[in-house]
Formats: sequence, C-alpha cells, structure tokens
Amino acid sequence: MSTFLNTDMVALILMCAVATFATRIGGYMLMARMKSIPPRLDAALNAVPAAVLTTLVAPAFYAGEIDIKIAMAVALVIGLRFSVMPMLLAGWCIVMVFRHLL
Amino acid sequence: MSSNSDFAEGLRGAFPIMASAAPFAVLFGAVAIANGQTVAEAALMSATVFAGASQLVGIELFGHKVQPWLIVLSVLAVNFRHILYSAAIARFISHFTPLQKIIGFHLLTDPQFAQSVQRGESGKKVSFAWYLGFGVMIFVPWVTLTVAGGIFGRLVGDPRIIGIDVLLPIYFMEMVLGFRRKAGFLPIVVVSALASVLAYRYVGSPWHVSIGAVAGVALAAFLPSATAGAEEPVE
Repeated sequence: MSTFLNTDMVALILMCAVATFATRIGGYMLMARMKSIPPRLDAALNAVPAAVLTTLVAPAFYAGEIDIKIAMAVALVIGLRFSVMPMLLAGWCIVMVFRHLL
Repeated sequence: MSSNSDFAEGLRGAFPIMASAAPFAVLFGAVAIANGQTVAEAALMSATVFAGASQLVGIELFGHKVQPWLIVLSVLAVNFRHILYSAAIARFISHFTPLQKIIGFHLLTDPQFAQSVQRGESGKKVSFAWYLGFGVMIFVPWVTLTVAGGIFGRLVGDPRIIGIDVLLPIYFMEMVLGFRRKAGFLPIVVVSALASVLAYRYVGSPWHVSIGAVAGVALAAFLPSATAGAEEPVE
C-alpha cells in the first residue's frame, strides 16, 4: 500500500485549492475595481470551460476501444434529451455488457 | 436571534442537492484511488478544493501523468465560472465579516450560488447562519463520501472491472453539453475537439489539453458573436 500522504501530491492538491479559492474570491475583488470587461475577453473567458472539457472528451473517444466509443456515442444521444444520470447509467451498462457478457 | 433556525433552514435546503451530488463524491474517491491517490489525499483534495468537476478533471490529468502546472491551470480553467459567481453574489453578502467571507467563498459551489442569489432576490436576508448551514450540508457529506468511495475503490482494484473508466468522459461530455445554448458553442467545441485529437495523435498526451483549449478559446475571441452577444444578460 502507498503512503498516507505524499509531499508532492499534497503540494499539488494545495496548489489546486489555492487556484480554486482564487476563482471563488476573484470576482468579488474584481467587482471592486473593474466597471466592465471587454467583449472579446468576456467571450474568450466564457469559452474556457467548454473548450477545456472538450479536450477531455474528444481524445477519450478517439483513443478508447470499441466499448468506450459505443458507450460515449449512446451517452451523447441521451444527453441531448436527458440529464447526466441516464447518460452515465447507459454508458456504464454498455461497457459492463461488453466486458463481462460478450 | 433567528440564526439557529436560519442554520437549520440552510441544512434542509441543501439536502436534496447533497443527495444528487453524493454519487459524484463516491465516484471521485474511487477514481482518485484508481489514478494513484491515497484515501487521505483524496479526502484532502475534496476538503480543500471542494469543486467536484475540477477535482475529477485534476485527477484524470494526474492519471495521464500530465505536468503539475498544467493540472493546476486546468483546475483553474474549470473553476473559472466561480469568478462570475463571486462577482454576482457580492451585493448579498457584503454584511459578512472578513472571516465569514473567507469561509463563505470557500463554500461557494454552483448550488450555493444559485440558492443564495434566489434567496437574496426574493427579499430574504442571506444571513451567514443560513449560508453556513447550506454549505455544511454539502461540504461534510462531500468529504465523507469521498473517503467511502476511496475505500470502495481500493477494495475493487482494477477500475475497468466495474466500468469506472467510462464514467469520466461521459460526465465531462454532459458538462460540455450544458454549454450548448451559449453563443458560438458548436464551432468552439468542434475546433477544440479536432485540435485536441490531432495534438493527442501527433504531439503527445499531456499537450492535447492545452493545445485543444487554446484553439477553442482563441476562436471564441474572434467569432462575430463575441461582440454581438455582449449586451445579452448573463444567465
């Protein structure tokens, strides 16, 4: 079994924590200083989460085996109508069928 | 003083949210173990970062052996929306003491933001007691269930056997879909997807995240909708 707490890992976690806290207090501090955000900067900031998250989805599909590809494709179709739980359930069922029944 | 009843009201109000977030705390714990964290480290991350999506992104990248600075940057990117939250919530919590603000901002999750704004706009006071009760009802189970998920994950061993590896990409996909009514969604996502797959194929694993993200963000800044949609109110 690995160690209880690894120094490098704790440092990484705390850096993530500081970054997150900065976003949580940042808007409050910005409000005191800035009147408005330039539209192009606003559009760029708005696109950050979708762009980052897409880079975690597309390569996973590209690199995944056939079970992952089918599960993700089905989840996408379900996701156009339903919320996250049905998507996860469907994808998980497909993968489990591939791995344990086929 | 009504602070006790406010605290209790906060606890009650957050209960359904906690119930729907619970599976993700368990999932995070299990994925964290699968990607090389210990149970204690997973619990520390849940308590100090306390932002589910970014925790899952962080642990996924850690599993890919991505450089630490890029993990921190990605966590920052996923949590960027909090800047809008803390800006929008400012007028409702200006009466908090500095210490209460620090605690309050640490507890500022999506539901905490939504409910606080709703409460404030309905004319009720967003008291610290209510805010703390609401936050505690999410925070304590979040950390506790991370530990439970971690212990479960350690018992199972290989995450593929119980199909955990498919859950993260689908979870992230749902988050991407959540932005689909935003201006420029489709071109941004298509460009990020293509750039990240090409980078994954030709540059190598950690770089596909930053290359794909930069491509999408750069496109967003230069889309016509960047300036056209500027007057629309933020939802």
